[in-house]
Amino acid sequence: MYDILIIGAGVIGASVARELSRYDLNIAVLEAREDVATATTAANSAIVHAGYDCIPGSLMARFNVEGNGLFDEIKSELDIPFKRTGSLVLAFDDEDKRMLEKLFIQGEKNGVEGLEIISRDEVMDREPNINPNIKSALWAPTAGITCPYELTVAYMENAIDNGVKLFLEHTVTGLSKDRDGSFTVITSKGKFRALYIINCAGVQGDMISNMLGLEEFSIIPRRGEYLLYDRKYGNTVNSVIFQPPSRRGKGVLVTQTVDGNLLVGPNAEDITSREDISTTNSGLDYVYNMAKRSIPDLTRKGVIRTFAGLRAISDTGDFIIGPSTEIEGLFHVAGICSPGLSAAPAIGKELARIIGEHVGSLREKTDFNPYRCAIPRFKDLSLGEQQRLIDKDPRYGRVICRCETVTEGEIIEALHRSLPVNTIDGVKRRTRAGMGRCQGGFCTPRIMDIMARELHVSMEDITKCGADSNIVVGKIREKREREMKTI
Amino acid sequence: MRVQVDVAIIGGGPAGLAAAIACHDQGIQDILILERDRHLGGILQQCIHTGFGLHRFGEELTGPEYAHIFIDGVKDRNISYLLDTMVIEIRKDKIIYALNSEKGLIEIEAKAIILAMGCRERTRGAIQIPGDRPAGVYTAGMAQLLVNMEGYLPGKEIVILGSGDIGLIMARRLTWEGANVKMVCEIMPYSSGLARNIRQCLDDYDIPLLFNHTVVKVHGSKRLEGVTIAEVDSNRVPIPGSERYIECDTLLLSVGLLPENELSEGANVLLDEITGGPIVDEYRHTSVDGIFACGNVLHVHDLVDYVSEEAEIAARGVARYLKGDKSDSRISISHGAGIQYTVPHIISSRDEDVELFFRANGIYNDGMIQLTYGKDILYTKRYNHIVPGKMERIRIKKDILRQLDMEGNIRISWRQREDELSDEAHMYSLSTGM
Ligand SMILES: Cc1cc2nc3c(=O)[nH]c(=O)nc-3n(C[C@H](O)[C@H](O)[C@H](O)COP(=O)(O)OP(=O)(O)OC[C@H]3O[C@@H](n4cnc5c(N)ncnc54)[C@H](O)[C@@H]3O)c2cc1C
Ligand SMILES: Cc1cc2nc3c(=O)[nH]c(=O)nc-3n(C[C@H](O)[C@H](O)[C@H](O)COP(=O)(O)OP(=O)(O)OC[C@H]3O[C@@H](n4cnc5c(N)ncnc54)[C@H](O)[C@@H]3O)c2cc1C
Repeated sequence: MYDILIIGAGVIGASVARELSRYDLNIAVLEAREDVATATTAANSAIVHAGYDCIPGSLMARFNVEGNGLFDEIKSELDIPFKRTGSLVLAFDDEDKRMLEKLFIQGEKNGVEGLEIISRDEVMDREPNINPNIKSALWAPTAGITCPYELTVAYMENAIDNGVKLFLEHTVTGLSKDRDGSFTVITSKGKFRALYIINCAGVQGDMISNMLGLEEFSIIPRRGEYLLYDRKYGNTVNSVIFQPPSRRGKGVLVTQTVDGNLLVGPNAEDITSREDISTTNSGLDYVYNMAKRSIPDLTRKGVIRTFAGLRAISDTGDFIIGPSTEIEGLFHVAGICSPGLSAAPAIGKELARIIGEHVGSLREKTDFNPYRCAIPRFKDLSLGEQQRLIDKDPRYGRVICRCETVTEGEIIEALHRSLPVNTIDGVKRRTRAGMGRCQGGFCTPRIMDIMARELHVSMEDITKCGADSNIVVGKIREKREREMKTI
Repeated sequence: MRVQVDVAIIGGGPAGLAAAIACHDQGIQDILILERDRHLGGILQQCIHTGFGLHRFGEELTGPEYAHIFIDGVKDRNISYLLDTMVIEIRKDKIIYALNSEKGLIEIEAKAIILAMGCRERTRGAIQIPGDRPAGVYTAGMAQLLVNMEGYLPGKEIVILGSGDIGLIMARRLTWEGANVKMVCEIMPYSSGLARNIRQCLDDYDIPLLFNHTVVKVHGSKRLEGVTIAEVDSNRVPIPGSERYIECDTLLLSVGLLPENELSEGANVLLDEITGGPIVDEYRHTSVDGIFACGNVLHVHDLVDYVSEEAEIAARGVARYLKGDKSDSRISISHGAGIQYTVPHIISSRDEDVELFFRANGIYNDGMIQLTYGKDILYTKRYNHIVPGKMERIRIKKDILRQLDMEGNIRISWRQREDELSDEAHMYSLSTGM
């Protein structure tokens, strides 16, 4: 019997798990997929929003601004990339200028610090590649960029280090409340029991509550598509460039990523499927054309990848955070669309507070360790540090991914951490091997070799992203025959 | 570790190897080849089919056989090389930083550098095919490596996008391994691959080649389940209603090669927008003093024989450079009708005949290539046929060069036969019954 079962290991489930791991509780996380951070958390804009565009008084406003403020602490505790680049909302005409004023007032109400409406000339000084026809812009110095999957991995590794159990490839298929008040959770790999359930299932959030016969809220998936550019184009902008928001979202933005690429998107399209993260011609065209309004010289040359993610939009119009109105012991963290990533650190802490309130009081562990070290990123080290690392472990001297300069040492480290990985995508998200301009064309076979050796699996068993996504389907004749002979 | 050399060669493929040998034979002593792979030979090591060396050696060798002639040449001459060594930075003052697990960081100070890093393949992201992002979508070269070097089959039901040579070769290779290659889709009305590869790799195995077709969507959440293909119009835009779903577990992309010049750019080497390679003179000297380039890093070659030849030209350039020979001119070459690119881009001395390599930007029949200098016609050569898939060459005599201004401009263009000689063309078509 667990004290707490968390369903879903996106950034929300991981943040909640980590914050609760401070206390003397028996916690497990159930995740359907083969790794953490594979769903919405893997495909979004990665912006830590300032918080001026949320409606004052909403949960979004509160947790966005609080979450934003926590990122410096999270960065130093969990060794994650985070950069306060600031953001600009551009006004293209007088109506937009009125919108900026509205956002400014809204931001002040929400407690966003440092907001300023700046002139066209000031904008052009900071951002020389921006459309010179803009009128003015809203400057928000607290906005920043981070890496959503790295943040999630960091949260989960730290949670595991502090005693949380993670069960990957465990899809929750049924839930029931027992007579003693506890829950039975049926998964694709067996039953679990727990006193409390925290629903962090992203776009599937309403499905979890449906499993208990509840219809508390419903989630609509809203897809957003992106163009990701080669690092060569990263310097096109220095801060996050927004256009005035509309009812359907924050509009198409242009930003640098923490790894130095240029990211452009998203559009917003309500769809029926909760799995359809395919990109479309029309979506990508729209994103590109809208982005060109901000950056007139943008071309589609230099795009190295396109992708899409699903926002979990709740019918309440706000985040849903707290106890179920119907069933005691069930807690929802649902409808966490944008600014969910920004809010994640604050949402984790809030859940710990709410659970504490419910249980009476939570006992803090004396040996809680708030720190986690990232995999060394060879490329970002100084020459001296690089040499020292190679002296210690020569495998850091062998470059496997040429585009991102990722070494064998980093890949091996990723395979053997407290939250281990066994997929090509998992290695990619942790080390960036395969994220660059050749998109793994060069390093995938080399990474497979390393994985086969380190994890004692055959090449045929190595997958891109879990079951049924194998990279190769068998051996060639000659190799089979050669192996037959040696037996 | 810190070393000093006369010539550092980045890349131990056919370009780097031939350059090293030729440098040595020009009397340069201190040469170092840096290769990131575990073996010398570059891309040739995975090209186990025959078809290499017909021009140079008069026989059809496999890739590894061709490479070995040069690897032996390097070893016989005791030329130094480092394997498993990745060059991570080249500075314009010709300091190179490289990395391997044995020696850690290596700093190399070179009097001259030859860039011979080859090219990489254009990916799905670069051509932005929409749809899902499952396993099973690979570049043809990666599939070739999996099959030929690692011994694994990437899939069983295969669609190939793009009719570049690697794709064609892989169509045959995978058929031999029992896979079902369903089709090759080519967005252009012609193939960029060699005619002999289309014959020997597709026609002989009844694999259909669909011109004016492309993949418009990828399907499958885990492993590829199928692709939607469509016919395109003359602007390469998919024609609505022409879409067809093709079931397959593998999509191989053979949609172009890109010279790998991130290192060169780091050293401030100026690149040609069209080739993606450095702008060079006739000795393959780049815009940065003492940095030369040859092979696929300079422009994508269809035959390795020409790579070796080009490497030897670069080596001669390096020898001249180290001796202190200075250039005396800067004759530029501009492109008229029908020309995609030329190498070299400029001519900086007039001591020797210059071999001008070029590619057409489309298919042209029955006409001529002309070099003009202002109003003067310097040179004319007749062609029945030129295609983008085949690199052509013409030789400009030094006597002609010597008559030109030091900063002059030579224009190269394709002229249809009728343009100039309409009467003659008329007679020609009558006599051939057209
Ligand atoms: C296009 C787009 C742009 C965005 N941009 C930003 C931004 O710039 N800044 C920002 O702050 N926010 C942004 N967001 C929002 C942010 O990405 C999300 O708020 C955040 O990722 C949500 O995390 P999550 O953990 O709730 O969901 P997810 O990451 O989707 O995690 C849910 C997890 O639950 C698992 N799960 C579901 N059902 C089950 C089950 N039955 N059993 C077991 N496991 C299950 C899933 O497999 C998944 O791993 C954006 C979102 C989108 C789509
Ligand atoms: C699949 C395929 C089929 C072909 N078929 C034929 C054919 O049938 N007949 C024919 O004549 N030609 C053929 N060719 C063409 C011919 O093989 C190539 O033109 C030739 O290999 C190019 O030589 P290169 O030395 O420029 O490049 P490569 O062979 O690519 O060599 C470049 C070398 O540089 C190394 N390198 C790159 N970056 C670094 C770095 N940073 N640090 C250290 N080392 C580095 C690479 O590892 C590589 O070994 C084929 C090519 C391919 C790809």
